[in-house]
Amino acid sequence: MSKWIKRFYIGLMFAFLYAPIVVLIVFSFNDSKSTAKWEGFTLDWYNSLLQNDYIMKSLYYTILVALVASVLATVIGTFAAFGIFYMRSWQQKLVLNINSIPMLNPDIVTGVSLMTLFVALSLPLGLGTMIIAHVTFNIPYVVLSVLPKFRQMPNEMLEAAMDLGATPWYAFKKVIFPEIKPGVITGALIAFTLSIDDFVISFFTTGNGVTNLSIAVYSMARRGIKPEINALSTLMFTTVLILMVIINKRTKKEDI
Amino acid sequence: MLKKLASGPYLIWIVLFIVVPILMVGFFSLVQEGPDGTLTFTTANFQRVFDPIYVGVWWRSIKIALEATLICLILGYPTAFILSKMKKRIQTFAVMLFIVPMWMNFLLRTYAWMTILGKNGILNQLLALVGLPQMTFLYSEGAVLLGMVYNFLPFMVLPIYTVLAKMDRNLIEAAEDLGGNRRIVFTKVILPLSLPGVISGVSMVFMPAVSTFVISNLLYGGQYMLIGNLIEQQFLTVGDWHFGSAIAIILMIIILITMAVMNRASGNDPEESGVNLW
Repeated sequence: MSKWIKRFYIGLMFAFLYAPIVVLIVFSFNDSKSTAKWEGFTLDWYNSLLQNDYIMKSLYYTILVALVASVLATVIGTFAAFGIFYMRSWQQKLVLNINSIPMLNPDIVTGVSLMTLFVALSLPLGLGTMIIAHVTFNIPYVVLSVLPKFRQMPNEMLEAAMDLGATPWYAFKKVIFPEIKPGVITGALIAFTLSIDDFVISFFTTGNGVTNLSIAVYSMARRGIKPEINALSTLMFTTVLILMVIINKRTKKEDI
Repeated sequence: MLKKLASGPYLIWIVLFIVVPILMVGFFSLVQEGPDGTLTFTTANFQRVFDPIYVGVWWRSIKIALEATLICLILGYPTAFILSKMKKRIQTFAVMLFIVPMWMNFLLRTYAWMTILGKNGILNQLLALVGLPQMTFLYSEGAVLLGMVYNFLPFMVLPIYTVLAKMDRNLIEAAEDLGGNRRIVFTKVILPLSLPGVISGVSMVFMPAVSTFVISNLLYGGQYMLIGNLIEQQFLTVGDWHFGSAIAIILMIIILITMAVMNRASGNDPEESGVNLW
């Protein structure tokens, strides 16, 4: 008896979580503007999505920003983790505390504070400022996914390589990097996903007609329901699903 | 030498783009601009935050965030409990199923509810099918609350599940062997041991709920004011950055204090989680 209650309860929870997503996906194929009545199958909304310049431009900016920001964040964050690992304990603590600020602070506070800085420096809000903002909220995650790899590494690796005559750069490339590589790649993937998904911080740090997909969805949704958004949701959901499956496979492999 | 140089760009970056912006917001909140452009120090911005109108906004934000947190806890604890009791093989899959919806963009998840709750949405169609009158679900406080619960429920379930799944079975068996019935075993052993998970779930739901402006904007419309909306409005439409900064600073302090208290209460090892407060 209680077993059935439990199953029923979990079933209800899954229904609650998935119903909205299923509705979005199903009605993205609906041959009508309605998002409630099924009128037959069509791919029209995907077609009009592809012809929507505003959305296509946002897609372009989303991918551009995510690529540039995640590469920059990964490079800066990886070297940072290297440096942090060899810092004295109190320095390490201080730096990691600052590192965690963007993760703890509400996004809206991070967003408005970066916006304040950009305006005060009279940087024009747009693509550049959005990339800086994304790098800023990505770096902490890269640092936190690379740093444990340094901690797992045998302590004397760097010294051993350098005693054997490697230059510091050569030692980093040939000895240290292979050890931390899984953490670097995971960090890069997390950064990329966060970047693609971000709305609040982008919303405050962009301008000049530069929008990402989240901002496009927000401004379209505020004006009402558009079936193109359903089509977009389906595509975005599938993309993120594939990305996350890859990330998950990676972290699982690392566990073993 | 290389070790020091390696973190150089990073240190510059975090000082310039994390520390300085927050200091600037702090500075902005403490000054006011005269008509001739001179800046004078004042506490007026903070005093304005305590105006009855704005106190109402704080109250409403905190109240709805607490309600959302409570509902998530009531729905989420049993869910986590049942998940943790499943057979191992199904368990991993069921937990995955719980995480997958979170991968969908936050705005799209909120937008999904607009299409369901809307005037011509599915819910109203269903009502019409069974012959009930149409209702307006969208643009109400209930819709905002639903949006919060929907978006943040996994944040409650997952930490509780993690603690329950890792719990030492021997403790539960010992309690049972010593004659505890199921209710006593739960209230005296399982519940206290799962508190760290509950606490981190509570803060992970409360924080985004209290600072959101997207959910309220989409599911209620422009007239409904939460703290997030107030900050957004001050920065983007009204243009009173000094007042906006004061609100942002107070919000930040509230969140940081909540986090610090929660961290201490749950006894998280800061070294292990990598996130700690000074």
